[in-house]
Parts: sequence; structure tokens; C-alpha cells
Amino acid sequence: MATVEKDSSSLRKSGNGKPYQVIGTRPIRHDGVDKVTGRAKYGADVTLTGLLHGVVLRSPHAHARIKSIDVSRAAALAGVRAVITHKDLCEPGDRIVELGEGAVNLRHLSNNILAADKVFYRGHAVVAVAADSVHLAEEAAALIKVDYEILPAVLDVEAAMQPDAPLLHDDLLTDELGKTALKPSNIAKHFRFEKGDTAQGFAQAKVVVEREFRTATVHQGYIEPHNATALWSADGHITVWTSTQGSFTVRHQVAELVGVPISHVKVIPMEIGGGFGGKIRVYLEPVAAMLSKRTGQPVKVLMSRADVFEGTGPTPGSYIRVKMGAGADGKITAAEAWMAYEAGGYPGSPIGAGAMCIFACYDIPNGKIDGYDVVVNKPQTSAYRAPGATNAAFALETVVDEICERLKIDPLEFRLKNAVREGSRRIDGPVYPRIGMVETVEAVQRTEHWKTPLTGKHRGRGVASGFWFNCGLKSSASATVNADGTVSLVEGSTDIGGSRTGIAMQLAETLGIAATDVVPTVGDTDSVGYTDVTGGSRVTFATGYAAYEAALDIQRQMVDRAARIWEVDMSKVAYQDGGVSGPGGKRFSFKELADQVNKTGEPIVGRGAVDPQGCGGAFATHVVDVEVDPETGKVDILRYTAAQDVGTAIHPSYVEGQIQGGTAQGIGWGLNEEYYYDAQGTMRNSTFLDYRIPTCLDLPMIDALIVEVPNPGHPYGVRGVGEVPIVPPPAALANAIYRAVGVRMHQLPMSPPRVLHEILRKAAK
Amino acid sequence: MRDFDYEAPTSVAEAVRVLAEHNGSARPLAGGTDLIDQIRTGRHQPQVVVDLKKIPELSVFELSAKGLRLGAAVPCYRIYGDAGVVQAYAALADSTRIIGGIQIQSRASVGGNLCNSGPAADSTPSLIALGAVAVIAGPRGQREVAAEDFCTGPGKNILGPGEFLVELKFPPRPPRSGSHYRRFIPRNEMDIAVVGVAAAVVLDEKKEKFVSARIALGAVGPTPLFARDASQLLAGQSVTDDTIGRAAAAAQAIARPIDDMRGTKEFRLHVTSVLTRRVLEEAVQRARQ
Amino acid sequence: MAKRRIVSTTINGRSVEFLCQPRQTLLEVLRDTLGLTGAKEGCANGNCGACTVLLDGRPVDSCLVLGVEVEGASLQTIEGVAPVDGLDSIQQAFLENAALQCGICTPGFIMSCKSLLTENPQPTEHDVRFYLAGNLCRCTGYDKIVRAVLDAAQKRCATAAR
Repeated sequence: MATVEKDSSSLRKSGNGKPYQVIGTRPIRHDGVDKVTGRAKYGADVTLTGLLHGVVLRSPHAHARIKSIDVSRAAALAGVRAVITHKDLCEPGDRIVELGEGAVNLRHLSNNILAADKVFYRGHAVVAVAADSVHLAEEAAALIKVDYEILPAVLDVEAAMQPDAPLLHDDLLTDELGKTALKPSNIAKHFRFEKGDTAQGFAQAKVVVEREFRTATVHQGYIEPHNATALWSADGHITVWTSTQGSFTVRHQVAELVGVPISHVKVIPMEIGGGFGGKIRVYLEPVAAMLSKRTGQPVKVLMSRADVFEGTGPTPGSYIRVKMGAGADGKITAAEAWMAYEAGGYPGSPIGAGAMCIFACYDIPNGKIDGYDVVVNKPQTSAYRAPGATNAAFALETVVDEICERLKIDPLEFRLKNAVREGSRRIDGPVYPRIGMVETVEAVQRTEHWKTPLTGKHRGRGVASGFWFNCGLKSSASATVNADGTVSLVEGSTDIGGSRTGIAMQLAETLGIAATDVVPTVGDTDSVGYTDVTGGSRVTFATGYAAYEAALDIQRQMVDRAARIWEVDMSKVAYQDGGVSGPGGKRFSFKELADQVNKTGEPIVGRGAVDPQGCGGAFATHVVDVEVDPETGKVDILRYTAAQDVGTAIHPSYVEGQIQGGTAQGIGWGLNEEYYYDAQGTMRNSTFLDYRIPTCLDLPMIDALIVEVPNPGHPYGVRGVGEVPIVPPPAALANAIYRAVGVRMHQLPMSPPRVLHEILRKAAK
Repeated sequence: MRDFDYEAPTSVAEAVRVLAEHNGSARPLAGGTDLIDQIRTGRHQPQVVVDLKKIPELSVFELSAKGLRLGAAVPCYRIYGDAGVVQAYAALADSTRIIGGIQIQSRASVGGNLCNSGPAADSTPSLIALGAVAVIAGPRGQREVAAEDFCTGPGKNILGPGEFLVELKFPPRPPRSGSHYRRFIPRNEMDIAVVGVAAAVVLDEKKEKFVSARIALGAVGPTPLFARDASQLLAGQSVTDDTIGRAAAAAQAIARPIDDMRGTKEFRLHVTSVLTRRVLEEAVQRARQ
Repeated sequence: MAKRRIVSTTINGRSVEFLCQPRQTLLEVLRDTLGLTGAKEGCANGNCGACTVLLDGRPVDSCLVLGVEVEGASLQTIEGVAPVDGLDSIQQAFLENAALQCGICTPGFIMSCKSLLTENPQPTEHDVRFYLAGNLCRCTGYDKIVRAVLDAAQKRCATAAR
């Protein structure tokens, strides 16, 4: 199933040199019972007295000017309580705010939530209605008349970059290598990273491969649609209940968009049914808030599945050209990438991250990367698990595979030859700290999977590696010692995958108590200190760090209390082995001392507030065996191993879960998922029937191979694990398909019609 | 969801009366797995939904020497759960086992699948291959229509105003017969067929020659198609790769697929031939058991 | 607007009467009228299984059943799975095998699993995967879900054997 490989040369023990007591174990998650009994409350489950229901009317056109909106018949319908448009929101101006995993222009955000004068994609929200029931709200929405002037649409990044392409924004002037262009364009930004001299590097190469790749728009595909409930009280305070990856960022965005100070907004995070980056920017919260203001009642707004596909942020489709050269010895001499990502209706694709990641696994002496952020008439893109990196890895790792083939070098050996290590400099500048790229490759080499030859017709084995950053950012936690020896921990990271348990485990480890003696709660924005988003693979790292600091604070207070009780000097008292030890063999276990706390003085409350700088990066190497039906192009996955450096696996089951889940999404991305547009810019497959995410029957067991190269920047060596698993699969599959049926795939998804097309084309030659 | 009213007649006569009364603004409901979503998306806008599940005739499920009688509302799970049907009308069991997942199969009926008249319906090719006949009730009494004549276009069929399907009748299967339905889908379940093929064959006493064959195609035309020429081509022929190959080519020749979000024309044409061959081989295998 | 109907049914072993419009699905009735929010809406058209409940013992997508259709029927929802004093073996297996991450699909999976293990007490891995194909999960990659089901099956057989 899954194995844990430890880097024996580094400290994976707690500060006192003893093996971990809690870290590395697999306790049942604290919120587990509620989730398997249906008691856990997600955003759509909120119910309040006097609750109204909101519905959003969306543009049917991919590109249009709004000439007029007539809501009179809708507003007159019995049971309809309010109708709002963009003018009901506050005008935030052209300011950029940091959301946590990417920045956003507030004016664009506001216009995306309810369109101002133009709509930029089919599904763009235009009007919102609140009524006594969702059925009445839908009936009202059908009575709203929006008069559109339909404009030509552009649906593809290459087409959007042409000089005669229809323009989305007449005020979008390209930031061309730092200089602002004079004429408007669909190209929001062109930047470049350079290192060394690529012309010379290619001249020195024995083999040079240059290929073009195209990838389709793909959605995060969380099973839970977006939801928001808001109550705008008579005192001007707004309460928002929502399923979000970041309560504090929701607070900030809502405050800006409805024009109140952030202290007037309280965000209560409900349980969340998946996010993967797509539930960071707001869509419904400001709408629910304004509808509540207009009606004086709480309003709940839910998205339908079609709304989710058409109205929220998928990840970009892209065009990428990669050129790489290597010497006879297998060492890379130069690499170039030309990358254009679709941002959707407004600028802001993850092209920057994609450009930083594309060569990030390899030590490139001469490199050049040109990145383009391009608007098209598709939904505004949003983060999707390692945003930008999967597109890039598909391109690069396929070229690497071709180079390995031409040089007749084993693909894992090639990776070892060229892998980045501590001290390697990435083309865009940063120098790597201690990282585990090499270790993931070596771990795959040691697997039974790799050592077992693959036999049988039309079968092939493919390899790919990937990289993603880990964010640090800010987290807070507070922890109270209870009289029964337990600790109530409040932290601010909304829990999408079981993280509250991993955080509780780090607190428990630090105090030397059991994981079950910690009661974790995810607090709302008034109950816990500022905490950045659940994203960027940061929660176990940063919020765990905050919990660790809170635990150290508790230790200090416990030491102080014991000293007072024993009437000795604090310097003679130490916290150790899950309790406090004093002179002459004096000893309190944590439980014993906890029982004394409220009888002997003030309560003990520990505090942690961190902005840790020492996050590492995450590397993964995957290997997959496939069988391709040469008569239909269908790809079946026979076996999959995903090796990843996780630093330290706090709760190995949930680390494995992140690896398996990200891999499954990458497989869907590689084989079947895409937005299928018609010529008018309508997504024809906005259902889970035809937007095909993997089912249980489409996947085998996924071997998650945990490699531990502890991160020196974290007290327990934690690296972020959540995102990098999605990066290698499409490339690994492409490389496997090549070995199975001899065709190189340069387009995603590699659906059966595309694979068959290549097979037939090859046979015709 | 648009507003609608609901009625649940308990006899065929009552259902005929209710549908006639609402004069085109009522739609019959069996499993609901198509209709409810179609009302939600606005594709159908009935004012009344007429639930036919309380009518005993529509739940008939009888396998006898006279053949199979399948009420229009019998859900899929009962069909592939019946050992007799699995044995004698294997293609039908194949179809019902893969329509939409377990939850859908608990409710969806073959009758409903036929009446929904989707070009890619999974059960219709099997109905055609097995020679099923649709028994229809309406204001002018009952009539029968062969399965291959039922659908007239995407979502369209020969049901007139006030008419509804009561049951499907299948002739008995002769000895040494075998049938199979297979579809191509991009995932392993839950997809609409990109190409679907059903075949029912009867072999001679030595099981080396085709006595007869019926081949039907799904998802490669505006309706499911009866591949008459391909079927007749096999009568009296030896069972060989060559004859099967020729039948596959003849089936491919009548396919008129389109490019859409589920597949390209090129893909569907190619796979029609591939699947026809594979389905015939499996049907022969079953006939030989 | 069509008049509401009174529907009498049994839910989790108890007699329940509710009022609903014909256009309200069973999922909507369960969640909004009866407060049984364990069944979730993921897609509203029978493709994700998050709304799975047992209707007369059969797993169904409650988003594709009308409230009025369950007159006289017997329903089981996730809220009725755990016994008075603990958890059902499937629920326990999900927890022990870490077979959930965000948990939104979990109630639907557990209902489908109950039906699977009733029909097929000793399923193979393929049996499990085929049966659960109508329940989508985006978080786990299904690996631990399948292991949990096989684990629950094995433990139930062991208990039954005693």
C-alpha cells in the first residue's frame, strides 16, 4: 500500500532526541464521527429564522455589452423580496489585494461578482434575486430582461493573442517586460526569466528537442457547489456563513466589495466540501450580503452545478512551447519555454507560477522562459491545486522523455543526473534550501513497481516529476488547558482534508499528551487571530507551527505554575516528557497540573501567531503503467506509484490521501477532463455527466510513497504536501502511452478520440 | 423547478383519460431519471406529471416459453437481477447493468429509456437486436410497433398525443442463441455511449454457422439503427473472422455519426466497426455455451 | 402553483408525514422540510451520488425522485445508519481507514456501501469499484474508500461467523 521512507541523516525526532509519540501515528480524525453520520454542517446546510433564498442570473453570451436591465416584472412577483445588480455593490477602485494564493484586482473582482457594463463569458453573473423560496427566485430570474449587444468572442489563447482578435478590455494595456504598451490588447502581461546564454547552451547540445503543447480548460471539480448565507443586521454588522478556504480573506473581500470596515464582517466557516483553490475568491458572499441588506433578512445563495462550471474559476487552458538541449552525457545544457495561459475574462492567470515551475526540478545552466497572461471569453480563472504547474509539467516532462529516448538514458537516471539539490538556482532566481527531488527519484527506483518489468501488448510505463512551492503566510492559534488534562485548541485554518487533526497532533506532540486529549476547533474571524487561506500547501506547516508555538507558550505557563505551587525558582523547573519536573524529584504530569490550574491562579491559555519563513518546496516523482486499446485509444491504468517528499508525515493516512487525491485529479486532467465549447462560447458539457472526472472504476489503488526529507524550517520538519501530487500525472500518462503504442501526445486531455487519431495517423504513414 | 401538478392513475384506462384530459401538457413519469432533470433544465415544461408506476400492467415481468413481457416501468435492476433474463436475453441484461450507475438502475426503466428516445440509449439497440415489440396504449386503443421503428429522431418517437408505452414483448429465444450489448465510453462507467452495439445471433446445430443475426447500433445516428444489411449478410454464413469482419464493415457503412462533445465522426465510425466485431464474437461465444 | 400534497412515509424507522409541492424533489424535502441535511446536492442530475438514500432498500439519487413519489415507501438516510450506541461497521471502517477528506461525498458513499454489502457480503475489489461508480469523490482518489469497504466486509463476515 504505502511506505514511509525516512532520510536517516536528518533529525526526525523531537527536540529531546526521543522518537515522536504522536507524529507519525494515525488517530481517528476529531471531526470524523460528525462526517460519517451526516451531522457535520456544510454551508448549504445552514438554516436561520426568516431565511430567504437567492438566485443569480447569468449571461448566456460569451462577450456582450449590457445595454439595459429590466427587473420590474421580477420584482413584482409575489414572494420576491429584492433584486440587485452591480450598482448595489461598492466601487472599490483599481486596487490589488492579496488573497493568499494570488492577488486580485478589486475592480475586476467586483465586476466578476456582478457584471458592470460588459459580460466577458457565458455564466458571468449579472443580476441576483432574493425570494421566499428558491423556486420563486428562479421564476423571478426568468422574468428579468437583460438587453445585450452581442460582441464577437475569442475562446482560445492563440487566437486572443492575434493583433486582430476581438478585444475584451479597451483599457488593458500589456505590461510588456515591465513597460506599458500604448494600445489595448488581450495580452495583460509578458514577462521573462533568464539565466545564462541559451543560444550557446543549445549549440553545445548533442540532442535538441522542441515541441508545442496545448491544454484545455479544466475545473477543480469539488463535489460541493459554492454557497453563502449572509445576515446584514440593523446595527450594520454582517455575518457570513460560507464554505471557504479562507475566512479572513472572505472577510476582507466582502468588506471591500460592500463598503464596510472589516470589523463589521464576521465570517463563520462551515465545513467545506472540497476547494482545491477554487473557494478562495468570493462569488456569492457579497451578493448574499447585499440581498440581506435590502431585505432585512438572512439570505442563502447556492450555486447549481452548471453555475459552478460556467460561473466560477477553472484553471487555464494553455499553449506551451518547450525547447531543451542535452549533451551526450545526459546533462541538460539549455532550456527555453514560451508559455501563454488563458486568464479568462479578467487578467490574472497563474502564468507566473507556471513559468517558475516549468524547469524547477532540473538544474538548468542556461534558461529562458517567456510567460504571457492572456484574457479570453471564458470564466475568470482561479487557483487549482498547484496552479499553472500541471500544464507546464505536461509539456516539459514529455520533452524530457523524448530526450531520454534519443540519448538512450533511463528516465530516472536522467533525473538524478540533472536534479536540483540544495543550493541549485532556479531560472527565475531563488536558490533551493534542503529539498528532496533526488530522494523521490531514488525512492521510485527502489520500488517493486519499478523493478518489475511490464509485460504484455500495448502496455507502457511512464515517468514524470513535478514541483510546487510551499507557502508560509500567517496563522494564529490559541489553546486553553482544561481541568481534565485536555487542551481546547482554536485555529483559523478551514479544514478541507483533515488538517485540524494534523494541527492538533503537533500541539499534542509538543506537550507530550495524546492526540485525543486535544479538542480542535476551526474558529470564525472573531474567535481566532488572523489566519491566511487553506491553500498553498501551508496549513500543516504554518498553522501547525502556530499550534506548536501555542504549546510552547503553555509549557512556559505550566512551568511557571508548577514553580509557584512548589515555591521554587522557575529556573529549577523544566517541562519534559509530558509533564513538569522540579528539584528533588518533584513531578506533575500534564493531567495532574492541569487539574490544579484554576485552583491555584489564572487560567492557562497559550498563544501562537506565526509568519514562518522557512517553508521548503515539494517534489514528486510518479510512475504509471498503462494499457492502451489500439483500436479505440482507450487508456487503462494498471498500476500507479506516486513518490513525494513530505518533510515529515504528521498523519500518514491523510498525507497519503493528499497524494492519492491529487494524483486522481491529475489523471482526470490527463485523460478526460476539458471544457468543451461550441463556436458561440457556450460550454456544452457543464454537468458531471459530460465533464468526466474519474469514477471509482477508473482508477486502481494508488501507491502513495511517502519520502521524508525533513524541512529544517519547521520544528517537525513539515513540508506542504497538498498540491504537488497533481503535477506529474498527465505527463507520466503521456510518456506511458508513448511506450504502449508509440504515439506522443501533445494535447490534453488525451481522450480516446485523440489517442486513436494519433494511432491511425501513425499507422497511415 | 418549474411548477407542475402530479397525478398517479392506477389503470391503463385511467392513464389514457388523464393524458387526454391534459391535451399535450402532461408527460408520463416512470423512473424519472430523465424526466425530472429535463423539467429542471426546462427542456420539457409539462403542467402535469402523470406517474404510471401504480398501473399493474406497466410492472409486468414474465419470462415464459412465449417469450419475455417487460412492463414499461420495470426498473433496470430487476432485469439484470433475473437469472432467466440474463441467460436468454443477455444483451438486455448487459444494457441494464451499465445504464448510469446503481442509483439510476434502481429507478430507470427500459421503457423509459426507449421513450426518451435518445440516439445513444443503451437499451434500445438490445431491444432491436432481440426483436422486441412496443405495446402502446392511447385514445384510439392499443397498437404495436417494432423497436427499430419506434424512434424517429433525437428525442422523438412515434407516440402520438395521449399515447404511452405499456410493455415490451420479446419473442422466445431459439436454441443456440446468444446476444450481447457493449458500448464505448471514455471512462469505465457513468458515461453516455459514444458508440453502442447490440447483436443477437442464432447458430446452427454444429454451432459453426449463423442461422440468423440481428445487429443494432446506438449513438451513431439520429436514432438507434437496425443494421439490416449487416444482419442479413450473416445468415447461412460460417462463423469466421472474415464473415464477422464483413458484417462489421456493413454495419459501419450505415453509421452516420456526428462530431460532438462525446466523440468525433472519425472516432465513431472506426469504433463502430471495432465494436460490432467484438460484440458479434461475444454473442457467438454465448450461443456456443 | 400546484397545491402541496401530504405524503406519509417511513424514514429511518419512524412514521413521517410531510407537505410538499409536486416539483420538490425528495432531496429538497429531506434537507429543507425535514432537516435531514446529511444527503447533499452535488449535481442535481444523478451523476455524483452525493444525495444517495435507500428507498425501499434500494440506493437511489434522491435528486431524481419527487417527494410525492415516496408515499407509502420506506426510506433510510445517513441519519438512520448508526445504531443507538455507536457507529455502523461501515462508518467505523471509513474512519479507521481515513476514507474521507472533505467528507461531502461520505454520506452518499455510506448509503451505497450499505446496499452493496447487503447484496454482496464478500465483494471483490472490482465488485466494490463497479458498485460505487455512481458515487463521485474528488478528494481521495477512492483508494482508501475501497479499502474501507473491503475492511468492513471482512469484519462483518468475521462477526457473523462467530
